[in-house]
Amino acid sequence: MRRRFFLRRLVMLLASLLIASFVIFGALFLAPGNPLAALSGGRSLPPSSLQALQARYHLDKPFFEQYWYWLSNVAHGDLGLSITLRENVTTLIASRIWTTAGLVLYASIIIVVIGIGLGILSGLRRGMLDTSVLVVTAISAAIPAFVAAIVLILLFAVKLGWFPALGNGSDVVSNIRHTTLPAVALAISSLAIVARVTRAAVRAESGRDHVQTAVSRGIPRRALVRRHVLRNAAIPIATITGITIASLIAVSAVVETAFSLNGLGAYLVQAAESKDIAVVQGISLVLVAAFVVVNLLVDVAYALLDPRVTLGTRAQ
Amino acid sequence: MTTIVALEVVEIGDRRRGAVRRLRDTGVVGVVCATVLLVAVLAAIIGPSVTPDDPNLPNLSLTYVGPSGGNLLGYDYQGRDVFSRLLAGAPSSMLGPLSVVALSVVAGVLLALVSAWRRGAVDAVISSGLDILFAFPAILLAVLATAVFGAGLTAASLALAVAYTPYVARVLRGAALRERSRPYVAALEVQGASATSICLRHLLPNLGALIVAQATILFGYAMVDLAAISFLGLGVQPPAANWGVMIEENQAGIVQGYPLPALCAGSAIVLVVIAVNLLGERLFEQA
Repeated sequence: MRRRFFLRRLVMLLASLLIASFVIFGALFLAPGNPLAALSGGRSLPPSSLQALQARYHLDKPFFEQYWYWLSNVAHGDLGLSITLRENVTTLIASRIWTTAGLVLYASIIIVVIGIGLGILSGLRRGMLDTSVLVVTAISAAIPAFVAAIVLILLFAVKLGWFPALGNGSDVVSNIRHTTLPAVALAISSLAIVARVTRAAVRAESGRDHVQTAVSRGIPRRALVRRHVLRNAAIPIATITGITIASLIAVSAVVETAFSLNGLGAYLVQAAESKDIAVVQGISLVLVAAFVVVNLLVDVAYALLDPRVTLGTRAQ
Repeated sequence: MTTIVALEVVEIGDRRRGAVRRLRDTGVVGVVCATVLLVAVLAAIIGPSVTPDDPNLPNLSLTYVGPSGGNLLGYDYQGRDVFSRLLAGAPSSMLGPLSVVALSVVAGVLLALVSAWRRGAVDAVISSGLDILFAFPAILLAVLATAVFGAGLTAASLALAVAYTPYVARVLRGAALRERSRPYVAALEVQGASATSICLRHLLPNLGALIVAQATILFGYAMVDLAAISFLGLGVQPPAANWGVMIEENQAGIVQGYPLPALCAGSAIVLVVIAVNLLGERLFEQA
């Protein structure tokens, strides 16, 4: 049963990726502009060499044949040429991917530690702390990443001078310093959502009959919280954390632009502005793949935490 | 059979409460949120025609000059009146997300109803189609659309609507399936009512509260995402006023120590999104 569930998910993942690649490639066809301009560099070529180039890059073939050619190149790690930088897209992506991955990872750690931590605390204890967590998260859930970015730059870079405002670092330590404000900006609204869902889940589980029974049996509070409350609350918490972390992958474009970080997302935006289609395709494909894989991991974690999922007794 | 139908009718009548009563049930917070939204909507409708100054007329001698006397919020990086630009930017900042929500809700509701009504193969096809759409994060789809069709609010809004549709459809499909299996639907079918009429006259009104709650929450997401696209320079194009554009163009002022124009636009977005989120949360609890 479980194996069939994972197999189905894996097939869905491959189907999503294949269709996503088709949509992304189809974009090249709809977009105005000639792909040969990348190779000729804007010079006008004699018809004979144009034809030769078209044949060489399969541009004279029908749409599906061209798609297949592009897809097999992608499978070999070749994403084509950038029009503006006249360089291999794969190399351009490889030099930027770690900035984005580091940013998303940093933000994820903040979300897991602070978001889940705050949620559990305010879920277990009623009173002042709980109320203030509710108010603060209601506000911060509504703060878009780019608004958080300008406020953070204003407070911590301009006024206090604790962190640099813009750009990448040069070594590991300065990279962490440069990525701190962007990671907080990226995490802030997701953190609030995770905290609120965690709080609600902890509250709901604490009120369940089996927990009340455990209380009446005199089980120590520590064990009660760990074994009866958190274990059951882990299912919705893991789901919401996974979903929000997956959503950070696309929002990183906004944060990278706001902080002038040299990452994939900021590069995607530049490429979209300059209509550098090969770059847009390449980065979109990488981001969609990352998004789909993270979502798959969430599903797997969900299934491992809750055996009812693989058994199909839980419809949702 | 008649008694069951009668009972269901009573229930339907009870669930179709008036908008005013529903708002009153959301408490003080709900009323405050609704007031904030009302002001924002009013600004979106009449804002551009009541600007105290020309929102697009630069005056470089007033660059980053603070509020004074009759001027409420100071001047931006080109010396344009910030308050006027906030008002002039309200329509694109509010109507953009509204059109995204309208499109995705209509598409999502349609897919959910067809899915729940036909079940079986149709449901399987629609559900897997939606699963594949889930692979595209909203912002990525919007950037992709602007790369293909050129920067602008239309391409970005359409892309966001497509990206949001599976979220609407998934929630509503579940609710529609539950509703579909209730006895009153079977009763109406036995009485010979057509599928379209049952869906439109009975299922849809019963899902109404949930649809409204979802649309409200979605509006907040659409507002943030569309403003982000404009902030990235791929949505509304300057010099046109828009809250996202205003943050982008006044970003330099933050480092130069004059953050007011960017903060004003940011606050406008945050206030509306807080109001929408809290209101949506309360509507969900009632739905």
